[in-house]
Amino acid sequence: MKYNIVDGVKYTRKHEWARREGDTAVVGLSDYAQDKLGEIVFVELPDIGAEIEAGKGSAVIESVKAVADLYAPVDGTVVEVNEELLDQPELINSDPYGDGWVYKVEVKDESQLDALMDKPAYEKFVVEEDEK
Amino acid sequence: MSEAKKTPFYEKHVVLEGKIVDYSGWLLPVQYPKGLVEEVHDTRRKATIFDVSHMGEVSVRGKDAEAFLQKVVVNDISRLKDNAIMYSPVCYPDGGVVDDILVYRIDGESFFLVVNAANTDKDYDWFKENVFGDVELQNLSPEYAQIALQGPNSEAILQQLTDVSLGEMKNYHFLPEVKVAGVDCIVSRTGYTGEDGFEVYCKNNGAVDLWDAVWEAGQKHELNPAGLGARDVLRLEASMPLYGHELSKELTPLQAGLDRFVALDKTVEFNGREALRKQKQERISRKLFGLEMLERGVPREGYPVKVEDQEIGWISSGSYSPTLDKFIAMAFLDPEIVRQTGEVDVMIRNRSYRAGITKMPFYRREK
Repeated sequence: MKYNIVDGVKYTRKHEWARREGDTAVVGLSDYAQDKLGEIVFVELPDIGAEIEAGKGSAVIESVKAVADLYAPVDGTVVEVNEELLDQPELINSDPYGDGWVYKVEVKDESQLDALMDKPAYEKFVVEEDEK
Repeated sequence: MSEAKKTPFYEKHVVLEGKIVDYSGWLLPVQYPKGLVEEVHDTRRKATIFDVSHMGEVSVRGKDAEAFLQKVVVNDISRLKDNAIMYSPVCYPDGGVVDDILVYRIDGESFFLVVNAANTDKDYDWFKENVFGDVELQNLSPEYAQIALQGPNSEAILQQLTDVSLGEMKNYHFLPEVKVAGVDCIVSRTGYTGEDGFEVYCKNNGAVDLWDAVWEAGQKHELNPAGLGARDVLRLEASMPLYGHELSKELTPLQAGLDRFVALDKTVEFNGREALRKQKQERISRKLFGLEMLERGVPREGYPVKVEDQEIGWISSGSYSPTLDKFIAMAFLDPEIVRQTGEVDVMIRNRSYRAGITKMPFYRREK
């Protein structure tokens, strides 16, 4: 596999990932997504306290050539944002599942998280995406 | 639209893992695995090779070739010597821009024009419409491939492949018949990056040999491939206009700040002369300015620019600049208002971001 797809997180069809931490989920962009976007130069973070809705835009990620929405993987309230990204948006490229996390959301409905793809399902999905 | 065309270098891009896109009907790499930012750095610091075969080429020959060109271009071709090149906008009678082109003078009765890919057919039709006297026009675009070799190491790379002394070739000069690695080429000291470099034209059948030879010669000079993405950023850093952004049917060369390429005092009548002379005397409501973001944000084409909530223009090209590590843009703005303020607001997704008016070019290479 050309992309780093890690265990222990759930993936969306728009290439976000979410990792459960107690009542919250940490959200970021998958390695596949950062690779497709290229060098990321700007991140617009949501406000803390913002209500986000699954499938709706919740942050904006910009590479040199493209503007991409980060769609919320689940419904919830943003409780923390990764302010490091404001000065170092390239952390999403270098460490998409670690230092490149984008925000933390208080999860309303756990079942939304459970319904997302796990590693094997996402691996299969990415292969299909690349064949398109 | 017809199916996108492949240049003779298509297979090279595939082997080099270029990310191929359809650009003006041509399948070309937007970037290679190193990525756009590194490709920009490679061009500024070492050397890069670009496939620019999509560019159009038109030959103009005959006793009236110069007179014809004097009518269709706004720059003064009479000042052009043999083996020299002149940049010029081509205008409609109303001053709007048909295209911006390079005119290569082979001799007084033979010229070679290089035009934008997307405009090739339109230009050729326009030339035919304006032609008179003893002029033979030929659209050579389908027969020609083109490589741009750009960056400080370019001369050292290309010199290995030719007997011609490239050190003697000045900027914006060319030689029409040069053997490069045994392939018949036109070699010019030109480019669209703001770096030193060469553009090498050859017939399609010699193209792969040319590429392979340049690639091989480049190995000890850290030559890398670069794509359209880097090319666009490089030209923006060097503040070179791009048709469709800074120039169009609706925008004149004077609005784009290209005054020094508009020979209003030319003694012969040319397309756009009256309109441009008139515009020169009048207040221009939108003129091109350089912007540098004071707050982090990516200025992109089409974003509105405001001063105190009043819209004063729009971004025509904008990007992150890897060379300057800043966010820069070119914008058409109301010059009266710009004169009164050094700062403006760029509207990005309905939020305003501060930007300062700055001198262009954003980047100029040290000579």
